[in-house]
Amino acid sequence: MYKIERSPYLEMSVMIGIDPDSDGLKRAAKRGYKTISNGIDGLMDQLDLVDIVYDATSAYAHKRHSELLTAANKKVIDLTPAAIGPFTVPPVNLREHIDQPNVNMVTCGGQATIPIIHAIHRVVPVDYAEIVATIASKSAGPGTRANIDEFTRTTAKAIEMVGGAKKGKAIIILNPAEPPIIMRDAIHVLVEEQGHEEAISKSIHEMVATVQKYVPGYQLKSEPIFDGNKVSVFIEVNGAADYLPAYAGNLDIMTAAAVQVGNEMALHLQQKEGVL
Amino acid sequence: MKLNVLDVTLRDGSHSVRHSFTVEQVRAAAKGLNASGVPYFEVSHGDGLGGSSLQYGLSKTDELKLIEAAVSECTTSQVSVLLLPGIGTKEDLQSAASLGVKMARIATHVTEADIGAQHIELARSLGLKTVGFLMMSHMAPVEKIVEQAKLFESYGAEIVYVTDSAGAMLPKDVTERISALRQALQCEIGFHAHNNLSMALANTIAAIKAGATYVDGSMRALGAGAGNTQTEVMAAVLERLGYETGIDLYNLIDTANDVIAPLMQQPQEITGSSLILGYAGVYSSFLLHAQNAAEQFGIDERDILMKVGEMKAVGGQEDLIYEVAQNLASKREVVP
Repeated sequence: MYKIERSPYLEMSVMIGIDPDSDGLKRAAKRGYKTISNGIDGLMDQLDLVDIVYDATSAYAHKRHSELLTAANKKVIDLTPAAIGPFTVPPVNLREHIDQPNVNMVTCGGQATIPIIHAIHRVVPVDYAEIVATIASKSAGPGTRANIDEFTRTTAKAIEMVGGAKKGKAIIILNPAEPPIIMRDAIHVLVEEQGHEEAISKSIHEMVATVQKYVPGYQLKSEPIFDGNKVSVFIEVNGAADYLPAYAGNLDIMTAAAVQVGNEMALHLQQKEGVL
Repeated sequence: MKLNVLDVTLRDGSHSVRHSFTVEQVRAAAKGLNASGVPYFEVSHGDGLGGSSLQYGLSKTDELKLIEAAVSECTTSQVSVLLLPGIGTKEDLQSAASLGVKMARIATHVTEADIGAQHIELARSLGLKTVGFLMMSHMAPVEKIVEQAKLFESYGAEIVYVTDSAGAMLPKDVTERISALRQALQCEIGFHAHNNLSMALANTIAAIKAGATYVDGSMRALGAGAGNTQTEVMAAVLERLGYETGIDLYNLIDTANDVIAPLMQQPQEITGSSLILGYAGVYSSFLLHAQNAAEQFGIDERDILMKVGEMKAVGGQEDLIYEVAQNLASKREVVP
């Protein structure tokens, strides 16, 4: 909501929840937005309120939401691991799927690491890429916890399909330390051919700068480490603290990436309308 | 009184041999464990099913091939697998179950039991003896462990383990935790030790006295850090204490001598660094990674482990070691 308010192309219209007492709905109402507290059914009665719907429910609920909304010609940006639509990681393939009815935002770990894998892959082909996302326990909601396999499965798939790796693997670790730790990701890749260290480092630094444009707290924790044909990169994601505290960089990078996609979709829709 | 000994040589020991177990080694060890009457033994990558990775070390041989070989040697012993949700998946568990595994141990950090609910439910539905394994148990107060153990039990775990992954506990810590679980739970309780402070066997005995009925050991203590409670020594001590384990001591000692001793890559002793693991409360499998990083960056591995301990790292965060090592090295460079 806060990120959409700052977007030059999107207009915040309505917040939809299933618990009338939820903090999210209360905040939206306080800021003067319409709220719906009976979920997708409530929205289906007032569809003219929206052009684009962000769905951050669960993979299970998303299936039904997506069917209903796309049938009504609404664009859907999926922040669950349902992965019905094609994967989008903005600095890699922002515009590729912009005319699709449903696009999927992979996972927080995917948004944080796939740009780096792509940055390496555009220099030397990547045979294998593996990511380890460590997030604060407090930033992992009940949906993530109950379906932790979906994180690993969806992220691994996107590492291959978007990152370009021949084979992908993803690991997620929850750390309960207090104060909560900031999201960190390790990216280990095996490249087809040794060397190219300078070019790979340069490409990674360029990519970090690109991601920083929409996630200012995205940073390298150290220089890339080269060991034979293995490259290891460590990053940290500080959130913008719009809603959740800064440690929840995992949620921030998801929502920030989703806003990027929304911006493009909105532009695309306006252009289409302009032609008509 | 009957106790269930579970041998983890072919799983925790995987760390110590850098995940290089071969089918022949596993076959020989499994044959010996079965002949010795060890009721359960575990075969998996050191970090559980799906653990083969650049982060933790690639398996030389696919763990499913190792599991298959182990199962084929068993007439009385049953094979267990370890699974850490977030690393391994339900598919991995299904693959292992289809090979004839009889027990699944679902391991989470001591505060994160809820990420294992689906895996425990799946293990039960596959007819496996199902264990909830609370890692790094030294990091949480007793009430928290009780709360998390109850979650495991509510998902269907038949045994809940207190796991001293860092080898940081003293006997009183073990007694406190196991006694509290014994009071709060209906299911059985287990204990898994690491020997970083030379407390593994003492802690295991404390656990049994407090009500644990499943205890882990490893032949020649082969395991992460300074290794685990040494199975053959534990079998002898438990017999002296009057417990029934069903283990043939000579057979087990022979297996330890003839199969495990020759495959060890370094003595399973308490080095300065493994002592620091226990002292700083660091996950035992960080040891060999810290040694590599210390060498690569020319720093003291103890400094890395102390720093990682301060940062309250949990199991699986091996990547932190390299980052800490690089930072320590760069700090040293700026000091004249």
